[in-house]
Amino acid sequence: MELESTRDVAARLQETGYLCDEALATVTYLALRMQRPLLLEGEPGTGKTALAEALAESLDLPLIRLQCYEGIDATQALYDWDFPRQILHLRALEAAGRGDVEVEEAEKSLYDARFLLARPVLRALQDSPAVLLVDEVDRADDEFEAFLLEVLSTYQVTIPELGTVKAATPPLVVLTSNRTRELHDALKRRCLYHWIDHPGLEREVEIVRSRAPEVSEALGRQVVTLVQQLRDRHDLQKPPGVAETLDWARALHHLGTTELDLATASVTLGALVKYREDADRVRQALDQMLRA
Amino acid sequence: MAPADQLLRGADEVLLGFTRALRAAGVGVTQDRAHGFLSAVALLGLDDQRATYLAGRATLCAGPDDLERYDQVFEAWFNARDGLPRSRPAQPGAPTFSELPATDGGAGDGEASDEVVRAMASDTEVLRHRDVAGMSPAERARLAGMFATIRPRPPRRRTARHQAWHRGEVDASRTLRGSLRRMGEPGDIAWRRRGTRPRRVVLLVDVSGSMSGYADPLLRLAHRFTQVGRETGGVVETFTVGTRLTHLTRALRLRDPERALVAAGETVPDWSGGTRLGETLRFFLDRWGQRGLARGAVVVVFSDGWERGDPSLLAEQMERLRRIAHRVIWVNPHRGKAGYEPVQQGVLAALPHCDEFIAGHSLATYAELAEVVSRA
Repeated sequence: MELESTRDVAARLQETGYLCDEALATVTYLALRMQRPLLLEGEPGTGKTALAEALAESLDLPLIRLQCYEGIDATQALYDWDFPRQILHLRALEAAGRGDVEVEEAEKSLYDARFLLARPVLRALQDSPAVLLVDEVDRADDEFEAFLLEVLSTYQVTIPELGTVKAATPPLVVLTSNRTRELHDALKRRCLYHWIDHPGLEREVEIVRSRAPEVSEALGRQVVTLVQQLRDRHDLQKPPGVAETLDWARALHHLGTTELDLATASVTLGALVKYREDADRVRQALDQMLRA
Repeated sequence: MAPADQLLRGADEVLLGFTRALRAAGVGVTQDRAHGFLSAVALLGLDDQRATYLAGRATLCAGPDDLERYDQVFEAWFNARDGLPRSRPAQPGAPTFSELPATDGGAGDGEASDEVVRAMASDTEVLRHRDVAGMSPAERARLAGMFATIRPRPPRRRTARHQAWHRGEVDASRTLRGSLRRMGEPGDIAWRRRGTRPRRVVLLVDVSGSMSGYADPLLRLAHRFTQVGRETGGVVETFTVGTRLTHLTRALRLRDPERALVAAGETVPDWSGGTRLGETLRFFLDRWGQRGLARGAVVVVFSDGWERGDPSLLAEQMERLRRIAHRVIWVNPHRGKAGYEPVQQGVLAALPHCDEFIAGHSLATYAELAEVVSRA
């Protein structure tokens, strides 16, 4: 890749509006140079998924996304055969009056590349260079993790009927995890690891400025200050992430707010916190803060 | 040429020494990780300490717990070469074996040895029902061996995916595929049913002062759950609660119970401390539970309910837990004793939010618990 240093990475990401600190830029740079998958963990809403998106955009590569969930298996990640089209193909053979086609030949024609439905992982190998985002890998079962491990260590898959697909250049893989469970050591060993924390006050203000430029600076700063205070409190069920900060700032902006006041804030709290108990607590904090 | 070469070799030694120190501090640094570290440092340049620090963070650590230790060791190794752990933490000794009751005379005649066996059997039976808190060390050692008799079956849940079965509903896709294989000739009908998977089990063990007599057997029980879970494909996660929350699953994955217990002992910082059940429970739910660990799981809380904190907080958190978990089981060591009344504030607060409230003071009650969990 044409990125020469950690600073290059940070600069390229910044062009897409993604601000990252030195640690994240370094680890991303290493992942690119060492061709190792990047495992990102951290609180929800700190920009794990957004990093993959920004990377794809800044490197001008396609982003291929695999959302993990409980029960996901290789056919949903790798490939499947397009069964209806296979049937149609058989019917077409029949209709064409080619009843004399050998069974073996007919069957062989069914497992042609055109009936192959490439799922994200296979697509990433075929279309590479690309960015493959394996989102919320901790939601998948551990069998799936083992399967991922295999793909990530060789960057190739074998389809029995067709042969082996190997990526010409390994795709850049970004895995994200919310730590709902501990991932396997073997998988972690394959990856570079980074824990993304909530950004500090100044950085978050910058993020709001860059991602939501329409929001006035004063409002942005007010919003971020409040959100940072909320994260320091420990009685919230779900402390707001950066994504929520942005949502809230945008929501306030749409209502024509230039300065935070209790009435507008109260009706837009749904963008910031997602629990009734939390909303009550935030409302109280807001009241105190605005009075101070 | 030569000096640069030497310099590089010197750097390698320093870096590898650092990985060793890290390993000694309890971070799981493997050969390939150390190798990754060296190549990352080579990429970023040796001269920049900050870059070396970041390279190590990315290649040598595997979780937030590691990061904390990493920072300490890095500081000590590169900036102040004191206070380093020089060797690995003390390895647990050889596994202890349960003492056999001394049989006088050794090889006696058949009848006598039969008697010994029978006596032992009834002894075992007594031990099964004894309160574990009041046992002597020898009895505890014997009891430790008996934990192997507990075989919890993992509870199961139904999944969205189907599996092939010999009856149930028609599996149209597989039937058609079958006929496709025969060029459209109809054949046997394939059937399917909803699959099942093991349901996650989460154990929360109170290790505060009032529970200290039960901590050892409860961890043995948790170890048993973890090991059997491993063999049968179930997932068991264990935490200790007291003044703080500690994730114990990794320690309990060690196969040998004695080593696992030593590892657990080293992991838990707050043995026999106070109880702030409400707060630790909230921390558990915020950090792990809500995100999925407790979601749909069978959650077992081992505690006597002596709460020093605010009982209303405990009630609130138990209510939250119940909304997330599939089933909440409260195991109280005093429950099975004569004259016990659930009057402690903690118990009163938590009880309305539990699905089961059962005893947990002897091996027999633990076996019972295993049964309750399996059926949940």
